[in-house]
Amino acid sequence: MIRPSIVLGRLLLKIARARGGGSAFPGLVVEKTDPRLLRDVLSSLPLGTAVVLGTNGKTTTTRMVAQILQDQGLRVFTNRTGSNFVRGILSALLSEVRLDGRLDADIAVLELDEAHSVRFLQAASIDYALILNVQRDQLDRYCELDHTAALLGQTARAAEKAVVLNREDPLVRGLSREKSSFYGLSGALQALFPSDEDLLTASLPKEGGETPPADVILEETESSEEGERALYRIGERVFPCTLSLEGAYNAFNGAGALALCQKILPEASPEALLRSLSGVTSAFGRGEVLTVGETRIRLLLVKNPSAFRQSLFSFGRGKDPVMIVINDYDADGRDISWLWNVDFSKLEGVHTVSGTRAPEMALRLKYDQVPVQHVNTDLKEALAAFLEGTGPRQIFATYTAMLEIRRQLTGRSLL
Amino acid sequence: MIPANEPLTILHLYPREMNLYGDHGNVLALVRRCKWRDIPVRVLPLEMGDPFPDRVDLVFGGGGQDSGQARVEEDLLLRGDYLRALVEEGCPALMICGLYQLFGEGFVTESGQMIRGIGAFPARTLAGDRRLVGNITIETEAFGSVTGFENHSGRTFLTGGRPLGRVLSGSGNNGRDHTEGILYQNAIGTYLHGPLLPKNPKIADFLILTALQRRDPSLCALSPLDDSAEDAARANAAARPK
Repeated sequence: MIRPSIVLGRLLLKIARARGGGSAFPGLVVEKTDPRLLRDVLSSLPLGTAVVLGTNGKTTTTRMVAQILQDQGLRVFTNRTGSNFVRGILSALLSEVRLDGRLDADIAVLELDEAHSVRFLQAASIDYALILNVQRDQLDRYCELDHTAALLGQTARAAEKAVVLNREDPLVRGLSREKSSFYGLSGALQALFPSDEDLLTASLPKEGGETPPADVILEETESSEEGERALYRIGERVFPCTLSLEGAYNAFNGAGALALCQKILPEASPEALLRSLSGVTSAFGRGEVLTVGETRIRLLLVKNPSAFRQSLFSFGRGKDPVMIVINDYDADGRDISWLWNVDFSKLEGVHTVSGTRAPEMALRLKYDQVPVQHVNTDLKEALAAFLEGTGPRQIFATYTAMLEIRRQLTGRSLL
Repeated sequence: MIPANEPLTILHLYPREMNLYGDHGNVLALVRRCKWRDIPVRVLPLEMGDPFPDRVDLVFGGGGQDSGQARVEEDLLLRGDYLRALVEEGCPALMICGLYQLFGEGFVTESGQMIRGIGAFPARTLAGDRRLVGNITIETEAFGSVTGFENHSGRTFLTGGRPLGRVLSGSGNNGRDHTEGILYQNAIGTYLHGPLLPKNPKIADFLILTALQRRDPSLCALSPLDDSAEDAARANAAARPK
């Protein structure tokens, strides 16, 4: 039987697309007019719904999980563009669901906004959850870390089949319950991923009891020309895997993706899962490389201290010119004080600083004694000047700045 | 000049529990502005249960989330006499947000329960229903225009001392009387983070100069620094929407 809300949603989706760009609006209308749709569609999937949450890395990790499962022959529904509110997920659903509400998929793999996750739990049930980390992200939006952890705890409790947790993040480890399992890092790698607290109190002993055993452990990782070369311990065995993705944090998130996929497909061989993982490429603005003329530009989204720190660790120490763009619109977080919790002192210099808060970023670098050549709040001008000359470049940018840069470089709007 | 073997000592209260909102930047600003002037300086972290330090020239404390604040409360109360005496003696201090509240007389929660403060500041805080969040600019007598970011639900009312400044844009102490912060003896309490000191260097230099003058009363000024980047960052922040 045809479901009227889907017909309406499809129509709105067509209109929204004709007017240029995707939109969460059709999803919002369907959310209001047919609140049961999401639950009805997702509960009909044979393997159910898996969700990925965390402050950092959920878009790329969702991509990893979806790709790995697809390669094992599953039909996967996912919110690829990172629209992680219920309305965004519904908009994605509308373009794939049949008019009678059937979806040709075995499983849904969805990234969720942690502040919005409770709303999702009201609209649908979940079977699997992967929780990556709880870090300081836009405190003017979420206010408190403990509050975020409590929201994630509700999701963990709601997952009916399995919960996979990052054992190296104390707040995430604390969500442990009966159906939980863990992924983690070898002792040698733990220093690479300091928590916000560790950053400022590195000399103090770590709190918390014993670390639980983990299903998947990232043993070693190093960057190479082809990408991140990682060693994963899965059960008793150690496997090499070269990721197309770059950055140690991607190798770590890969461990989480592998652990979740093992829960969903316990029969699959580790070799097959790793083969799929190695082929996953980056989501837009998450370390993707854009080529403009002859110039390769790596675009890195920075939205909180830990993400910025890890990006700097992976990409900021070379000789390539660096640009940092800091905006303070709502989607970036209006409070930019977190920049002062990032250590920039390893940078040899910054070519250009731009964005609505360029002068504050320049001041931040002054206090880490990093020389800055150009400060310009006009992003278009600053970008044009930064791209003069040849050779690869790195741009670290907040969310709205990243979208704007991408639009200017590719001539296309993404959202 | 102070000897290298007795550096200016900044006591940083509870950096593990109370370090939200870029508070590290406040300490960094103090340290750099000393080092750029060749003033020997060190930062002494004070965590719960740590012994009292021998000599302190300047005290800094920041904001924390509720759980961090609850954890330090008891330890802070044990140190009330010591910290009150430092403030009364004229030791410069800067308390932001959570520790501004706890340096006052107390915090009355929504349920009417009183959380005791150490009473170093003549100020009292009541729980508010709505968080006051956004860019804020105030006008001060001592430091001119001062800009930061506020994010607090407590409403603070002064029972003595002077406000740090008058709110030009934003909410301030309580969103009602247009005051922001407190200046009492040489101690400052304020809701402004952002962080405060890097882009408001006059306050940083006031704290440093006051600390040095307690060692050497004949000192009358610090050597000037080029503050054009600081001034540009402050102007930029002040021009952003509230």
